[in-house]
Amino acid sequence: MTFRKYLVLAGITVFSTAGDSLLARGMKDLGGVSLHHLSALLLAILNPWVTAGILLLLTFFACYMSALSWADLTYVLPATSLSYVLVALVGHFRLHEEISASRWLGIALIAAGVGFVAAGPSVTSSRQRRKSRAVASDTLTQEVER
Amino acid sequence: MTNLYAWAAIALIILASTTGDVLLSHAMKRVGDVGDLWKRRGMLAVVARILTTPTFALGLMAMAVAFYSLLFGLSWGNLSLVVPASASLTFVANAVAARIFLHEQVGRRRWLAAVLVACGVVLMAV
Repeated sequence: MTFRKYLVLAGITVFSTAGDSLLARGMKDLGGVSLHHLSALLLAILNPWVTAGILLLLTFFACYMSALSWADLTYVLPATSLSYVLVALVGHFRLHEEISASRWLGIALIAAGVGFVAAGPSVTSSRQRRKSRAVASDTLTQEVER
Repeated sequence: MTNLYAWAAIALIILASTTGDVLLSHAMKRVGDVGDLWKRRGMLAVVARILTTPTFALGLMAMAVAFYSLLFGLSWGNLSLVVPASASLTFVANAVAARIFLHEQVGRRRWLAAVLVACGVVLMAV
């Protein structure tokens, strides 16, 4: 793992949080969208908050795809789950929302999970992958022979 | 009754988003390290290679299904049930699916991480 790869992981966390927050902010301007006026959703793109949110979410998706090209799915998903924590902290410091004891516990658990996975290997090597595949087919043939 | 619908939607969200994540991960592993490819062949080559990988399009479709199931789930159930339940269970489902279909080595460390994050996400929503 190089410094640049950690930056990409941080990008996933930050861009998904920021994109979602901007979208939510923009959709508040629009008010409730009823199922009978779905065309209102098309006009939502004209709202600057929504446009910015979509751009950030596209950036998030690019970072996510990049990370998946060099790291395991079971590494990327927990490693970027700090976005849940980020949402709570943004709500606390910018919107002055209270963080209850159970939410603090949730933040601690997520942070611990991130620490656990980030300290381990980021990708299963192709040799290990072949080995686990061979083991799987071995047990399969054994079962067939039985 | 509406609760049953909400849980059906939650199950659909988990199934679709796990399928999507596994397919996208499979596609990107096939494309190979995007950074290296960019350096050697340029951005257009990266984009072309990703778009011509079949599992990428399938993964995007699965993600779209997951998104619409979320919308339906939200119209039937509570936000405070549907979002944390689907998000936390997706972490665990992904660990299982990645082990079976992508042959990733999911050791004790990664199981623990998936379960800790799943519990944390539930607590955040309480």
